[in-house]
Amino acid sequence: MDAIILQILNGLDKGSAYALIALGLTLIFGTLGVVNFAHGALFMIGAFCAVTMQRLLTLSHTVIDPSQTDFLGNPLQTKVPYLASVFGTEGAQALITWSVPLSIILVIPVMLFVGWAMERGLIKHFYKRPHADQILVTFGLAIVLQEIIRAIYGANPIQSPAPPMFSGSIDIGEYLGFQANAIVYPIWRLVYFAFSAVIIAAVFAFLQFTTFGMVVRAGMADRETVGMLGIDIDKRFTLMFGLAAAVAGLAGAMYAPIVSPNYHMGMDFLVLSFVVVVVGGMGSLPGAVFAGFLLGILQGFASMNEVKAVLPGIDQIVIYLVAIIILLTRPRGLMGRAGVMED
Amino acid sequence: MLGLTQKDFLLLLVVVVLTLLAPIILNPFPVNSSLGQSFNAGYPALMQRFAIFGILVIGFNILFGLTGYLSFGHAAFLGVGSYAAVWMFKLLSFNIIPAIVLSVIVAGLFSIVIGYVSLRRSGIYFSILTLAFAQMSYALAYSVLTPLTNGETGLQVYPSDPQYLAAEGAPSAPHVFGLPMAESTTVYFGDWQFTFEIGYYLCALMLILAFYLSIRIFRSPFGMMLRAIKSNQTRMNYTGLNTKPYMLWAFIISGMYAGLAGGLLAAMDPLTGAERMYWTASGEIVVMAILGGVGTLIGPVVGSGVIKYLENIVSKINDNVLHGAFNALPDGLENVIIKIIHPFVGEGWQLTLGLLFMVVVIFLPGGLVQGGQRLGALFSRRSRNATAADRDAARQKPAE
Amino acid sequence: MGILEVKGINKRFGGLQALGDVNLSIQENTVHAIIGPNGAGKSTLLNVLVGKLIPDSGSVMFDGQSVLGRKPYEIAQMGISRVFQTPEIFADLTVLENVLIPCFAKRDGAFRMHALEPVRHEREIGRQAETMLDEVNMLSKADVVASALSRGDKRRLEMAMCLVQEPRLMLLDEPTAGMARADTENTIALLKDIRRKRGITMAIIEHDMQVVFSLADRITVMAQGTPLVEGTPDRIKTDPKVREAYLGETQI
Repeated sequence: MDAIILQILNGLDKGSAYALIALGLTLIFGTLGVVNFAHGALFMIGAFCAVTMQRLLTLSHTVIDPSQTDFLGNPLQTKVPYLASVFGTEGAQALITWSVPLSIILVIPVMLFVGWAMERGLIKHFYKRPHADQILVTFGLAIVLQEIIRAIYGANPIQSPAPPMFSGSIDIGEYLGFQANAIVYPIWRLVYFAFSAVIIAAVFAFLQFTTFGMVVRAGMADRETVGMLGIDIDKRFTLMFGLAAAVAGLAGAMYAPIVSPNYHMGMDFLVLSFVVVVVGGMGSLPGAVFAGFLLGILQGFASMNEVKAVLPGIDQIVIYLVAIIILLTRPRGLMGRAGVMED
Repeated sequence: MLGLTQKDFLLLLVVVVLTLLAPIILNPFPVNSSLGQSFNAGYPALMQRFAIFGILVIGFNILFGLTGYLSFGHAAFLGVGSYAAVWMFKLLSFNIIPAIVLSVIVAGLFSIVIGYVSLRRSGIYFSILTLAFAQMSYALAYSVLTPLTNGETGLQVYPSDPQYLAAEGAPSAPHVFGLPMAESTTVYFGDWQFTFEIGYYLCALMLILAFYLSIRIFRSPFGMMLRAIKSNQTRMNYTGLNTKPYMLWAFIISGMYAGLAGGLLAAMDPLTGAERMYWTASGEIVVMAILGGVGTLIGPVVGSGVIKYLENIVSKINDNVLHGAFNALPDGLENVIIKIIHPFVGEGWQLTLGLLFMVVVIFLPGGLVQGGQRLGALFSRRSRNATAADRDAARQKPAE
Repeated sequence: MGILEVKGINKRFGGLQALGDVNLSIQENTVHAIIGPNGAGKSTLLNVLVGKLIPDSGSVMFDGQSVLGRKPYEIAQMGISRVFQTPEIFADLTVLENVLIPCFAKRDGAFRMHALEPVRHEREIGRQAETMLDEVNMLSKADVVASALSRGDKRRLEMAMCLVQEPRLMLLDEPTAGMARADTENTIALLKDIRRKRGITMAIIEHDMQVVFSLADRITVMAQGTPLVEGTPDRIKTDPKVREAYLGETQI
């Protein structure tokens, strides 16, 4: 029992990331009719926003203290973050350890801008082109974005720790009445799950309760009719693209403590997120979220040692197997509707 | 001739001549000159890649070019072909004939399975399904099927391998009936140097065969049906044609081409690894096809050649080379230019590739071949306009 | 016994009864028009006939064989051809290739793997296609890419593609919809010509009364998913029920 709960928990953080990326993919699919192969890159850029935030906060100037000497006998040089002059040394240190959550304030404007630039500069010229062309041009863009990040930050993963108060693990099992150390779980992953749940809820609320959201939903159901209503759908779609980018970026930034950001993380997540979208049902937002968590948790279970002993390596391929089975039995995915992105 | 129209025959002839003379054509500069070191491409290892990737993309083009179904997992067949070939080396002998035959067969069988499932959907679904299959194959090769693939290390031939059919005294490297792939003759011609290698000529022969076969397929009723599928599936159905087996055959043929390419890769260098199946490798195949010109006969050969050539020279360039190239400029300007170029060369090749890809998709969806045709049409129209203008002028003169 | 016998077809979409107990018999060698106001179920019926929709109940027999449950390509191979409202042609292929494909489908069936012999070596098929193109006056455009044709030419090409298969029954879905007067006249002339030369059985769904009354031997009037009246054009013109349901709003 405890092992099962642990695996469900283990699936939640990956599942959250899949769900958030798949949500954005579906929004873009459903409204703009565009297959965005660069969506994983947006996730990756988000993660690097966290890295950048850390670097910005630690920007330092060197102070020479002639009263002390280092081991070579030279005057002691210490690096002092600029922040220290505002918040004091202690305050600056505290801020730096909080760089991942703080990066949210950087992620949102950056991702909105990236999304806007992508849509206006590139994607909108591809609305009328065949799907193959959309796939190809966004694939090219994904390579470019990932290589730019590599050129700036290098090829190695960059550690981005969670704030100290979230960086340990807690023994959830004790709260649930299991024996000690049965279910030990990193706190940050719980934070990530909660954060994702909030974002997902916010997106759904936004689509449900605002005029803008209503138009977007109508657009997903029937693009042409909405266009004929005389609503300036273009502007809304641009904003929608920015929104989807921001969701992916937030998912990436907060994921940084779980997997150290590296330049190819976007591609890794993209392939799986596409599978998630297909399993959930192309064009179905609840389907994307549901399938994201479902596949994340399945992957968690497949990584159990007991399972791997019977089917070695199943954790590596379980998602693809499930996707193939679902597509063969329910070609529209779990929650897909007839007529949505049929071709 | 050979069942081809005159135009197709000429095209084939051009490809034959170019591939056979490649060791000379691709080495236009003296071997020790700086130009030669940067731009010569006539050495066997690179020419083999031209030919092998040419075969791969010709096969891919039969699927994508004719039917419009974009497979994003084609590298899986390449990888499977390589594994099959290396296993033949391990079990039988270093003779490449059984290895290549088996890689084509195994890739064909593999593509029946993947094709049967993936072809149940079309459009983006098809692309995503093939992508998922290829990633699954990669995961399988990388870890799950380690006994078959030797996982992370990659599969290679060890002295302890049985090689049941190995003849006494046969070369301990891939060979064709005793003739080693790596054997070559180098001809010196003043400062020029040309290397003719068995391995390359084997690949070249295969490329020519593959190309000839693709012309025949393009011009056959089967090829016409595939183009019709791309154009209008509804009409196909109401004409009484079952599109499924046509699509499956196209998929299998193109998978077998990829298997052949994979087998040849192993025959040139008898080791292989899972990274050959990674989805970026599949993406590269798509890039080559698009760059050359999808659905044209010669496009795949052009595209794969250009990409492999650029990859070779661009990734060789480093700051020293750049300083050498721009040292005539004033220092400040030189440094600025080098700063600008630096991210795109050497390790930055992938960035250049991505940009190239976008530029082609955006501005030249028909690829280089169509671009060339458009350019040609432009010039011929201009000259026709010019003669028309001359005629007008001539006609007006007597009236004056 | 007609060549096409439709018996007791019902089809519901959710709460909507799209077809209710449809019985229809199309006699060999006639032109049978199916008319009716919008939403009368004409297109749904057509989709049932070609295998695109499966009805909830009833039977469709073509020449003694059941059509239901067969795939569109199988039904086409039985000898039922379809002409669409907007011409469905192979827009990226040349006019000649457009006609060659049905020629191959007729000779080789739903699938045949012939991947090595060039198309141009199939001389018999080539001749067939050219004769057909000649018959519809399009031989001079054989090498034109079909997407470049005018609307009227596309319609003619589609007809040629159907005719070359020598179908036993041709289903035409509003063949003149959205056409200019001149194109409509041409299409009527073409259809009459086909009828005179080949005597193919046709079922036409049409809005345009001029087309219907100048072509049809028999007319079925549908309303609300069910046949109202059937008879010769003269009878239909004078039937009071029809006038009330449909023709009242239309000028004849």
